[in-house]
Amino acid sequence: MAMRQTAGLGVERAPIGIAIVAWVIALILFFPVLYLVATSLKTEAAAVLLPPTFIPLPGLNLAPTEMPPFTFSPTFEQYQTILDRGFGPFFLRSVAAVVGSGILVLLLAVPCAYALAFRMIEGWRDTLFFFISTKFLPPVGIIVPIYIIMRDLQLLDNLLALVIMYTAMNLPIAIWMLRSFFEEVPPDVIQAAQVDGADVLTQMTRIILPMVAPGLTATMFIGMIFAWNEFFFAVSLTATRAATVPMFMIGFVTSEGLFWAKLAAAGTMAMLPVVLVGWSAQRQLVRGLSLGAVK
Amino acid sequence: MTTQSRALTLAGRRAPPLPLVGALRNWSVGKSLVAPAVIYAIIVTQLPFLLTVWYSLLRWNLLRPDNVQFAGLDNYLFVVTTDPVFWSALVNTVILTGGSVILALVLGLLFAELVNHRYPGRGIVRTMFITPFLIMPVVSALTWKNMLLNPVFGVVDYLMQLVHLPAVDWLAQFPLTAIMGIVVWRWAPFMMLILLAGMQSLSEEIREAARVDGVSGIQEFRYIVLPHLNRFIQLGALLGSVYIVQEFDSIYMTTQGGPGTSSTNLPFLIYQVAFAKKDVGEASALGVIVVILTILAVQYLLRVLTSLTEGD
Repeated sequence: MAMRQTAGLGVERAPIGIAIVAWVIALILFFPVLYLVATSLKTEAAAVLLPPTFIPLPGLNLAPTEMPPFTFSPTFEQYQTILDRGFGPFFLRSVAAVVGSGILVLLLAVPCAYALAFRMIEGWRDTLFFFISTKFLPPVGIIVPIYIIMRDLQLLDNLLALVIMYTAMNLPIAIWMLRSFFEEVPPDVIQAAQVDGADVLTQMTRIILPMVAPGLTATMFIGMIFAWNEFFFAVSLTATRAATVPMFMIGFVTSEGLFWAKLAAAGTMAMLPVVLVGWSAQRQLVRGLSLGAVK
Repeated sequence: MTTQSRALTLAGRRAPPLPLVGALRNWSVGKSLVAPAVIYAIIVTQLPFLLTVWYSLLRWNLLRPDNVQFAGLDNYLFVVTTDPVFWSALVNTVILTGGSVILALVLGLLFAELVNHRYPGRGIVRTMFITPFLIMPVVSALTWKNMLLNPVFGVVDYLMQLVHLPAVDWLAQFPLTAIMGIVVWRWAPFMMLILLAGMQSLSEEIREAARVDGVSGIQEFRYIVLPHLNRFIQLGALLGSVYIVQEFDSIYMTTQGGPGTSSTNLPFLIYQVAFAKKDVGEASALGVIVVILTILAVQYLLRVLTSLTEGD
């Protein structure tokens, strides 16, 4: 019993049946991702071949139809094609939008979450719920005036427009998440700092922030996931000069002829940053998605 | 730490043990820390929504920018009585949201139960389960549309032919069902994460005690796990609803609302009215309607979240 508890979360060692069911379902669920990445390494002719092939087997100089079952001969030519088509600038603009909004979110959210977590204002609870209500305002409820305001400010097809919107989009999540991390700082620490006569700024930057550094990172990661994948504001407010990675993918909506391998190469590059970040932030993911409510 | 000293320090956190002057100073510092974020959120989200309400009362088409008139409730009347797409888009939105949330919850519950056991490679299984939620939605929509659901070269139809089922052009014949499949694939992992956190907060001793008392696996799940998960199920359902009501990416990338308007939901309709028809008044009226519908759902969600933040 004691051993079972120290062995980590979860029910006792599962019967083999459960393990098999779990693995099979996980592989089915994961198959589209695997198939996307596999297709990105094929020639266009191999990409449409059935039965589906998803195991790269280098070194065999065979026609796609003569390869052993489920295998294909990998090539990086699709990635080269996509890069030649100007994928790079889209990628860099996505990075800029994510980083720009990430910095703005931190500047606004850290002080706010700090004050709310330590009850420095009356009505801290109302303020928290004000932020969550802004998160639940559907983008379609504000897109028309946002479009017109951005047009009048000459910000259409300008990355700044996306930075502004992504900041508003991630601000409530960041405040709720950071608040939950701040609240985990032992009250003794804060009291000790107050007794020492540290002002709020010193308290915040020197004492508390280093303690919640993992929380800050997790918050940045969650914000990055949402901003990187965002499409609605991008398609509404940008066209060419400020178009981000999701906008590049529009080119594949009405493509003719064989294009799956190229689509897969672009899609793999588009999704990879967030998948890697999400995998590495798995433990914090649920906290961010539930706005800090579930730990 | 003893309970008493913890209570003391918690009280200290609420009202810092400083003289009155210090408390006042702290109060104003607190306000200046909160103000920038509040002002930003008001300017970028609240004021534009008030403008949406105002625009919804205007006759204003961007194709005829000089002809802006006050129209009263005409836009709402048009949407509700004349617009042939509004009601079907409303029904599609409700079906897509409700169906996806329920399916994602059921699957998420199954996944969470599977990941909550110990067996070799559980970490890898868990990672595979959450990955669909991380994939850029426009990429997953294009992947499903082409490599999986294409009626000639897609994997799904290939598998169906293996068992002698007729070929189906999913996105043409059953567009809403196909889109729901893509949405559920993305959101079941989300539900799994929330429900798994719930399961792991359930004390193993309680399950153990039930097992000692001879409770069957199904009874244990029905009478111990599910009631405990109640709050988490509600949280998942409501967060999921708020996000899936806004579903846009997968529709834009697969069917563009078609064939006809059979897979048009309210967000996609608003996008079309705003950016193809360029009708500011009508798009705004539709936007206000969506916000009102969302507020009704959110009211309930806020109550759940309040109980969660007060519960701990």
